[in-house]
Amino acid sequence: MTLTRRSMLTLSVGAAIGAVAGMRTSPALATAEDAMAKVKEFAGGAEPATGTITLNAPEIAENGNTVPVSVSVESPMTEDDYVESVAIFADGNPSPDVITFNFTPMSGEASATTRMRLAKTQNVIAVAKTSTGQVFMDKKEVKVTIGGCGG
Amino acid sequence: MASVKPRVKVPKSASAGEVITIKTLISHPMESGQRKDSDGNPIPRQIINKFTCEFNGQVVFSCDIEPAVSANPYLEFTAKVNEAGTFKFTWVDDDGSVYTEEKEIALN
Repeated sequence: MTLTRRSMLTLSVGAAIGAVAGMRTSPALATAEDAMAKVKEFAGGAEPATGTITLNAPEIAENGNTVPVSVSVESPMTEDDYVESVAIFADGNPSPDVITFNFTPMSGEASATTRMRLAKTQNVIAVAKTSTGQVFMDKKEVKVTIGGCGG
Repeated sequence: MASVKPRVKVPKSASAGEVITIKTLISHPMESGQRKDSDGNPIPRQIINKFTCEFNGQVVFSCDIEPAVSANPYLEFTAKVNEAGTFKFTWVDDDGSVYTEEKEIALN
């Protein structure tokens, strides 16, 4: 078979598709469904409302190894009404769990900051649960230039 | 692990009822268990999985940490100070080691 310019092109496109497909299967990454299942489990049946909670993460993270992420929830933080916990999930990492912050009325405010790893561009989700049973959610897409989970 | 060193920043004093910000950092590789060494063998997971902050024996803030948290885990959170006392910080490693740090705070 002689390699014409056209057949060369077809071949290389085929190879590229193969390579992409291969890459997708090797590190088993979580899907958006896995993350939503985690959110549901954390919420304990309650339907998450939007607002009240603010998730702060950069729009573009150059290095997926340390992505600053902070979360704050508006709450009086009294004995009767305070934010019990806030969980952060990432829907494109090998496992969607990132961290769970547990607050008490002694925390004063329901806000915390940490740094997380992101394997690729994905949604970061924060869910807050209050002592009165309310659930709030916020979501933000973070674009990642260099992944941070090895592989 | 010899290289693990906790660092904590707490204001020296606060007025009663003030909400202060506490910053903590602990040097730790946070090996996620996802990486492989040069021979292709997976490197076992070794992370700090729990952090707790207590004030005069009462829990103020705690968190459950997963491998998705970066190496040298940094945490920033707040605490309401009503009296002078001691903050106690505890980090729990996967291998069972516990690292602690204490900081005093006075009222002004």
